[in-house]
Amino acid sequence: MRTLVHKREKGREHLTINEMQERVNTNRRLVYQGRWVNLTFVLGVGDDDHLITIAAGKIAQIRQRHLPTDTGSFSIRASSESWAKHWQAVPPRDYHDIFAMLPKGIVTIDGTLLPLMQNLQYFKDIIAVMRGDKGDENGG
Amino acid sequence: MAVEFEPMMGRYFTLNIGGDACRIYMEESGSGIPLLCLHTAGSDSRQFRHILSDPDITSRFRVIAFDLPWHGKSNPPKGFRGSDYKLTVDGYKRIITDVCFALDLQSPVVMGCSMGGRIVCHLALENPAYFRAMIALEGADKLKPYYNLEWLHRPDVHGGEIQAAFVSSQVAPTSPDEYRWETLWHYMQGGPGVFKGDLHFYWLDGDFDDRSPQIDTKACPIYLMSGEYDCSCTPELTLETASRIKGSKATVMTGIGHFPMSENPALFKTYLMPVLLEIANHAA
Repeated sequence: MRTLVHKREKGREHLTINEMQERVNTNRRLVYQGRWVNLTFVLGVGDDDHLITIAAGKIAQIRQRHLPTDTGSFSIRASSESWAKHWQAVPPRDYHDIFAMLPKGIVTIDGTLLPLMQNLQYFKDIIAVMRGDKGDENGG
Repeated sequence: MAVEFEPMMGRYFTLNIGGDACRIYMEESGSGIPLLCLHTAGSDSRQFRHILSDPDITSRFRVIAFDLPWHGKSNPPKGFRGSDYKLTVDGYKRIITDVCFALDLQSPVVMGCSMGGRIVCHLALENPAYFRAMIALEGADKLKPYYNLEWLHRPDVHGGEIQAAFVSSQVAPTSPDEYRWETLWHYMQGGPGVFKGDLHFYWLDGDFDDRSPQIDTKACPIYLMSGEYDCSCTPELTLETASRIKGSKATVMTGIGHFPMSENPALFKTYLMPVLLEIANHAA
C-alpha cells in the first residue's frame, strides 16, 4: 500500500500521513478547535485519495481509497507537486493557503461544503500540520 | 506607575448619510497634510494603529482613520434592522467625501486598503482637483470573485470564524504571528452580513477598468501598492491596473499580504515612507 509521503526540505525528515495523525491528535488546540467535527473527508494528493476520518477533532483513521464507493463528505485535491509547495516551511505565494490555491485553480474542492465552511480554519490547519514544526500556527 | 498612552485620540461625530444621521467613530494623530485612512472590507480603523502612532509619519501628516457605518465603533444607521447592508460605489464615495468635508480637510491624501484601495481610484477619477494624492493598498480596477458570498452570512456558519478563516489566506506566511492574529481578530468581530455587504462593492460593483484610463495622475498622483502574498488583489491585478492608469506608480511589496499596515507594520513602513516623503516633498 502506498502511503502519502512528502519529502521535506533537504536534509530533513520525511513527513508521512501517519505522522499527520499523531501531530493533530497531540495538538490540544487543534483538537479543541475541531471538537464538533465528526466526518470523513477526502484529501487527494496526485492520483491518491486518502480518506481521513475525524472524530471530535481527532483523526480516528486515515486510509487510502480502494473502492469507487469509498468517499467522504467533501474532497480537497491537488497535485503532489502543489502539496509539496504548500507544505514547505515557508510556502511560495499562491501555495501558502488552500484558499490562496483555490483562485489559481491549484486545488479543487468538491462535495458538501457546509462542514468545511463551518470549520474552515480547522481543516486548513490539520492539512498544514504536514509542514512540521510550525504548520498549524501560521494560519494554514 | 504612570500609564503610557498611545498618541492617537478617538472621537465620535454625527454624519448625515443620505438623510440618515449616523454616529461615526474616528481616531486621529499628528499634524500637517491630512492623511485619511480607509480600512478593508469587514474590518475597522484599528488596522491603522501603527500609522497613527508613528512619529515619523505624524510629524508631517495629520493621520485620520474612521470606521465606516456598520463597522467597528460606528453605528449602523437608525432602523438598520429593516435593511440589508450592501456597499456600492456611489454610496462609498459619498461617505468618504462627506467625511472629508465634515472635517474640513484641505487637499487630503487618502490611503485605502483593499476595498479602500479600490475606492480611492474611483475618487481620483471623480474629483482629482480636491485630493492631493491617492495611495491604493491592495486595490485594483478589476477583480474576480472566487467564493460565494452567501457563506459569509447564514445561521449555520459562524460569521466571525469564517471571515477570519477566509482572509487568513491573504496574510503572508512570514508576517509576525502577533499581528496576523490581531488582523484576524478584527474580522472575527464584524457584524452579521457586513463583510458580505462590503464585498458587494469589492467584487461585484467596483470594477471600472473601462474608465480607469481616464484618471488624471498629473492632477492627482496615484500610488498602487500590492503585497506579494495577496491572493485577492494580486500583484498581477495591481500591475494590470497600473498599466491602465497612465502615470500611476506601482510597487509590489515582498513578504506582505493583503493587510500591509496591520499584518507587518515594520516591513510596510519601509515601503510606505518613500511614498509619503515624495508626497510631502512635492507639496512643499
